[in-house]
Amino acid sequence: MNTYTVALAGNPNTGKSTLFNSLTGMRQHTGNWAGKTVLTAEGDCVRGGTRFRLVDLPGTYSLYSNSADEEAARDYIIFENPDCAIVVLDATSLERNLNLALQVLEMTSRVVVCINLIDEAEKLGIRIDLQTFRQRLGVPVVAISARHNRGVDALMELVEQVASGQLAPHPTVLTYGDEIEHKIGELEPLVRSALGTRYPTRWVALRLLDGDEGLLASLKKRLHDRAMPQSGKEGEIRYERTACH
Amino acid sequence: MSNKEVALSEAETGSRLVLSRIEVDGGMRRRLLDLGFVPGNEVEVIQRSPLGDPTAFRVSNTTIALRREESSRIFGEPEGEELA
Repeated sequence: MNTYTVALAGNPNTGKSTLFNSLTGMRQHTGNWAGKTVLTAEGDCVRGGTRFRLVDLPGTYSLYSNSADEEAARDYIIFENPDCAIVVLDATSLERNLNLALQVLEMTSRVVVCINLIDEAEKLGIRIDLQTFRQRLGVPVVAISARHNRGVDALMELVEQVASGQLAPHPTVLTYGDEIEHKIGELEPLVRSALGTRYPTRWVALRLLDGDEGLLASLKKRLHDRAMPQSGKEGEIRYERTACH
Repeated sequence: MSNKEVALSEAETGSRLVLSRIEVDGGMRRRLLDLGFVPGNEVEVIQRSPLGDPTAFRVSNTTIALRREESSRIFGEPEGEELA
């Protein structure tokens, strides 16, 4: 059976965990990334002969403010490289929620945007033009109500297509003005020669320009672990899931 | 840029401003941007606490309280006063 790893990212209170719970039922456990007091949950979900290992990342507004939650979510997406990331948005508060969505789209193209709480939005008279949404973001977008199990099948179908590579989204690339773009252009070849193509080059260049020390430390540690195989195991243990009951 | 620009800490309660500058650095700058304190965005001064600090602001549909330490470094132009 094919198994795909799927990360769930989203702001707090978007119903991310409701979706996670409805997909995984009782087949889940909470875990903790060692070295960080960040609780997360993992669970399995089998649909149509495919197994999805779902990872519920901490709910955050951003991935860059360097709180433990945000670093854990960011590191998971970059270093654990899930087969697909679902970004869960609150349909009633899209402006705020899209900040995180755009951040994730800069990190990986294997994304499905999931607009949750669509029933709440409809009650408020909010109508969402999904087709325009898809065009503007360049990734699959689906509206759901996790609480009423509405749209969840369509969501998981898209997740499978993205995870299997059958569907290859092309997220819209945000541009940052001439000065920054020029510097990105200078940095990208250097990033590629130092890290290869394992990590999204443009994104790493942007983080460096932003002076993101936390990411730099994580990258250095990983490079060091790779260069010294005997300590490589340590790096893995750091991310191993601990069951807690 | 504009002489109408005021710091959020000095803006009148109940007034709305269009943000022009965020003079805060590092992680706090990032946090403020993530919360919606972005140049061009509108902020409403909701309420000052009894001792004058912190102050509640409405931004991107959410109420956020900021201390003077931050709000004195965020600048905007009061709405309805800017020249068209």
